[in-house]
Amino acid sequence: MSAKRSPMSPGPGDDSHGAGTPADGLAKTVANVPTVAIGTGDPEPVAAPGILKSIVRRPTTIVAGAFLLVLTLIAILAPALAPHDPDVQNLLLRLKPPSAEHWLGTDDYGRDVLSRLIFGARVSLWAALQAAAVALVLGLPFGMIAGYRGGWIDTVLTRIMDAIMSAPSLVLAITIVAVLGSGITNAMLAIGLVMAPRFFRVARAGTMDVRHETYIEASIALGCSTLRTTVRHVLPNVLPPIILVISVSLGTAVAAEASLSFLGLGVKAPAASWGSMLSTASSNIRLAPYLVWPPGVMIFLTVLAFTYVGDGVRRALVRTRSGN
Amino acid sequence: MLRYAGRRLLAAIPLLFFVPLLVFALIELAPGDPATILAGDEPTPERIAAIREELDLNDPVLLRYLQWIGDVLHGNLGTSFVSDQSVTDLLTRRMATTMSLVLVAMIFAILLGTALALVATLRSGGIVDRAVNWFASIAIAIPGFWFGLVLVSVFAVGLQMFPAFGFQPLSAGFWPWLSHLILPGFALGLLPAAEVTLQLRSALGQVMKSDYILNAEAKGMSRTSVVFKHSLKNACIPVITVLGFRVAEVLAGSVTIEMIYNMPGLGRTAVEAVQGRDVPVLLGFVLFSTTIVVLVNLIVDISYGYFNPKVRS
Repeated sequence: MSAKRSPMSPGPGDDSHGAGTPADGLAKTVANVPTVAIGTGDPEPVAAPGILKSIVRRPTTIVAGAFLLVLTLIAILAPALAPHDPDVQNLLLRLKPPSAEHWLGTDDYGRDVLSRLIFGARVSLWAALQAAAVALVLGLPFGMIAGYRGGWIDTVLTRIMDAIMSAPSLVLAITIVAVLGSGITNAMLAIGLVMAPRFFRVARAGTMDVRHETYIEASIALGCSTLRTTVRHVLPNVLPPIILVISVSLGTAVAAEASLSFLGLGVKAPAASWGSMLSTASSNIRLAPYLVWPPGVMIFLTVLAFTYVGDGVRRALVRTRSGN
Repeated sequence: MLRYAGRRLLAAIPLLFFVPLLVFALIELAPGDPATILAGDEPTPERIAAIREELDLNDPVLLRYLQWIGDVLHGNLGTSFVSDQSVTDLLTRRMATTMSLVLVAMIFAILLGTALALVATLRSGGIVDRAVNWFASIAIAIPGFWFGLVLVSVFAVGLQMFPAFGFQPLSAGFWPWLSHLILPGFALGLLPAAEVTLQLRSALGQVMKSDYILNAEAKGMSRTSVVFKHSLKNACIPVITVLGFRVAEVLAGSVTIEMIYNMPGLGRTAVEAVQGRDVPVLLGFVLFSTTIVVLVNLIVDISYGYFNPKVRS
């Protein structure tokens, strides 16, 4: 759909995947960032500390980052923090509303909702990491190869990525899960594949930007191998916008995992994930409406936090790039 | 213009067959025997053999793929494993529900998004403007299917204002049709509504800075008439584009929404197909939804060329 588009303007078709739609605008801005760098005659890669300092200056980014940090701690310390065993059933305590013993109530098997929510954080974050890692591994190297080599390799790779993006993301993920068999790892493989084009586009654009810079040509002239040139000299230029894509993709992956687990294609019972908890809530919505809130609010806050962190990174990138 | 449209159309066709190719490749590459995997959790030898037969798994993968394409070009999407129905019939029957849902969601998104963006632009820089911006950025992070559940819990179960589940075809009357679509349409439309708001607000902001707006204001036109008579038309174009590209996500979102509201649409068909490992139905569904998305993108692409002759060459 856009093989002929210039690398710096991914266009409105750029990335249309998952619930983390802000990625759209963000990725677009990031793809545009290197243009600014060239305009100011500063093709050198940005030093990471400058970006970090700039990120830390924004309060919303700090709050969002702190939230994610606490969430990660909760996920790691889940066995110590959870007041009850998340999988122990007690049919005498079915669908009890929140009480002093069970702060968020119990579900249809009498399991403690708060404990399941805490253990669900583990599943959700771990799943999101897996999906983002898959997308990174698929998108970054191929994007750099496409941008560095150009020619037919670029055309073929770009076509493939465009094709992946042309299918509705969840539809594609569902199909892949159907073929590979359900389960959280397969689900995250599918979501990673669906998100890979984002990484591809940003990596490709970033590589093309510096491909003909003097320091790259100097490196080639000095006899560095292609691998060394790309890893040592191109990668540092590609990495900052990739960090932004990672952040946004983690948010998308949390939402996507929730959708798939909600549909019963992610985690296997009895394991808790926020998505599968919402599935329980859905089947008991008349008897226990209170079940709808905790997992939904957690998904919402986590997605929002990743978006804000991504936004902070984007602003910092724009500022450091154009600032000096 | 016609040549441009034709070229875009030709470029779009290979996209349709790429994702099915991916499905075929995955069936082939998946570790273990595909027939055993597809037979589900407790496979019987008869079922494995039936699947092997049905999918021609003994043939090479490329041959199978080409055969499938040949069948598709003849309008034949195969037969469902589970119900023995023709996949084409099944999908066409289920299509009306999904299309109604997507339509209502998109209309809702356009109405709410435009209204919010207009209010924000008219009160540019004020509290309303900031509140709208705040609302839209938050709404983007709300998972649509959770919002759908909240709506059921509040408006269908709690207040009993709308039916909680099911679908009525348009032939059953306008109100029965619409009343079953209001809640799911709202849930599905919230995300695109937020995006339309942000996009249109920013496009309007850009347009308001241009010289002809300054001129209109200088000659004493009220802000309201400036916005409605001059800005809106120009700000619409980028929004239409974004909306076009969002159809894919709305279509994807309809899967979970259909599950929540128990609507017999394409998404529900797909989930049932996954549970039954019904590959022909899945392939049909993938082809179907990719076609819709590619078609909408094509229309957007061509409208680009219509609005901006520079794109055509």
